[in-house]
Amino acid sequence: MLEKLLAYAIIASARTVTGLRSLWLGTTPKAVQRIYYANHSSHGDFVLLWASLPPELRPRTRPVAGADYWGKPGLRGFVINRVFNGVLIERQRSEADGNPLAPIERALAAGDSLILFPEGTRNLDDEVRLLPFKSGIYHLSRAHPQVELVPVWIANLNRVMPKGRALPLPLLCTLSFGTPLAAQADEAKEAFLERARESLLALAPAEGH
Amino acid sequence: MDGQTWLLFAGIGAILLGASIIGAVLRWRVAPGPHAVIDNLNARIKAWWAMVAVIGCAFALGNWAVILLFYGVSFYALREFMTLMPTRRSDYPALVAAFYFVLPMQYLLVAIDWYGMFSIFIPVYVFLLLPILASLGGDAKHFLERASKVQWGLMLAVYCISFVPALLTLDIPGFEGRNLLLIAYLVIVVQLSDVLQYVCGKLFGRRRIAPNLSPSKTVEGFVGGVALATGIGTALYWITPFAPWQALLMALLLNVLGFFGGLVMSAIKRDRGVKDWGHMIEGHGGMLDRLDSVCFAAPIFFHAVRYWWT
Repeated sequence: MLEKLLAYAIIASARTVTGLRSLWLGTTPKAVQRIYYANHSSHGDFVLLWASLPPELRPRTRPVAGADYWGKPGLRGFVINRVFNGVLIERQRSEADGNPLAPIERALAAGDSLILFPEGTRNLDDEVRLLPFKSGIYHLSRAHPQVELVPVWIANLNRVMPKGRALPLPLLCTLSFGTPLAAQADEAKEAFLERARESLLALAPAEGH
Repeated sequence: MDGQTWLLFAGIGAILLGASIIGAVLRWRVAPGPHAVIDNLNARIKAWWAMVAVIGCAFALGNWAVILLFYGVSFYALREFMTLMPTRRSDYPALVAAFYFVLPMQYLLVAIDWYGMFSIFIPVYVFLLLPILASLGGDAKHFLERASKVQWGLMLAVYCISFVPALLTLDIPGFEGRNLLLIAYLVIVVQLSDVLQYVCGKLFGRRRIAPNLSPSKTVEGFVGGVALATGIGTALYWITPFAPWQALLMALLLNVLGFFGGLVMSAIKRDRGVKDWGHMIEGHGGMLDRLDSVCFAAPIFFHAVRYWWT
């Protein structure tokens, strides 16, 4: 109950502040297993992506989040675990060298869709559009070739909620969903990561100053 | 609302009804399937019904509702403008000031009828405050450009548009209690001019006025639209404090300014590589697409009326 209310409140305020607009350019919202991968510049990124999905897809679409930030007990932990049903991963590899992607593997095996930020961390540089991708997305796509990788460009949210600022600016945000892709059987890691990155960048609006 | 206002809205309703019928007939006779121009025309007419309904409600509720309505209009316009203007991290304080301080303050000043302040608040005080705030970020890259983006956003979306409700503050002898009609006059003449320029351009448009700035503006559309809208503005003299010949000159002034407002805003859009400012009004684009002409016409109209009639 509380989770539902909180989810509703978070979506409503995200929509109000950003005037959220979703453009399904390369695909349509449908109930197939997917990894939505997006550029990452704000803690609100996955909220906006989640909010732009139809309600029936949201419960099975889980954001992948860094345990170091989101795993803290209290409101943050409650929101990521109970409201968004997030998949928490350790970004700093601990000495016990287990597979850091194990929680994601479990979610995919269970048939869930994911929201993933392959840059691995927030891009806080105005000059750089997209950081290099971590290789996790390649290994996931190779292991689960039936899962569609959908690139999603999140425009403007970095200006709505700049790092370290409390008050959001009411600028308009647009999410562009591109054509799904998957790693080919014989595709090298670097080639695939470059292709995935290019597919995402192709959705970004024209640059200027 | 008094008798004249009712009559005016009844007239607008009749015109829209006529437009809706023409739209339906065109759809039925010319293009039963999808047709870009006719579909857009019908979407525009539908949106006009909604916009007239909103303005009508605000008029019925009185001056405060009209001021609040334009506060909202300015907010949406400023949001569209700043969304399309790339700014940097260090512009955050200036943008916060724009949305959360300058916008409400300007409308508050209009609401309390402090003419001496609302007429210079943004062009003087805020104009200087914004680059000060931007300089605090210590980022010199594109400094003048960034500062002027916020300045121009506030100038067009807030300052200029706030002169529409500011018409309520004018004390015109013999016109007491009827200032809402001045707003109606301004909005009707400027918007009709836009519509008639669009219609004349679609029907007779041959020579483009400024192909590099706005591909849809033609000499034929401009002349026909301005002439017709000026005629209608003259015929509407009975809702204004103007004599018929004065109404003619006022309408002409509004229409020419409105045209250049549209041209300037097209140049900004072109430079940013977009066709429309936004998507909030079906068939029209964004709030600013509908208001570009009002932005330029409103402050000059206000000062002309204030100079000669108060």
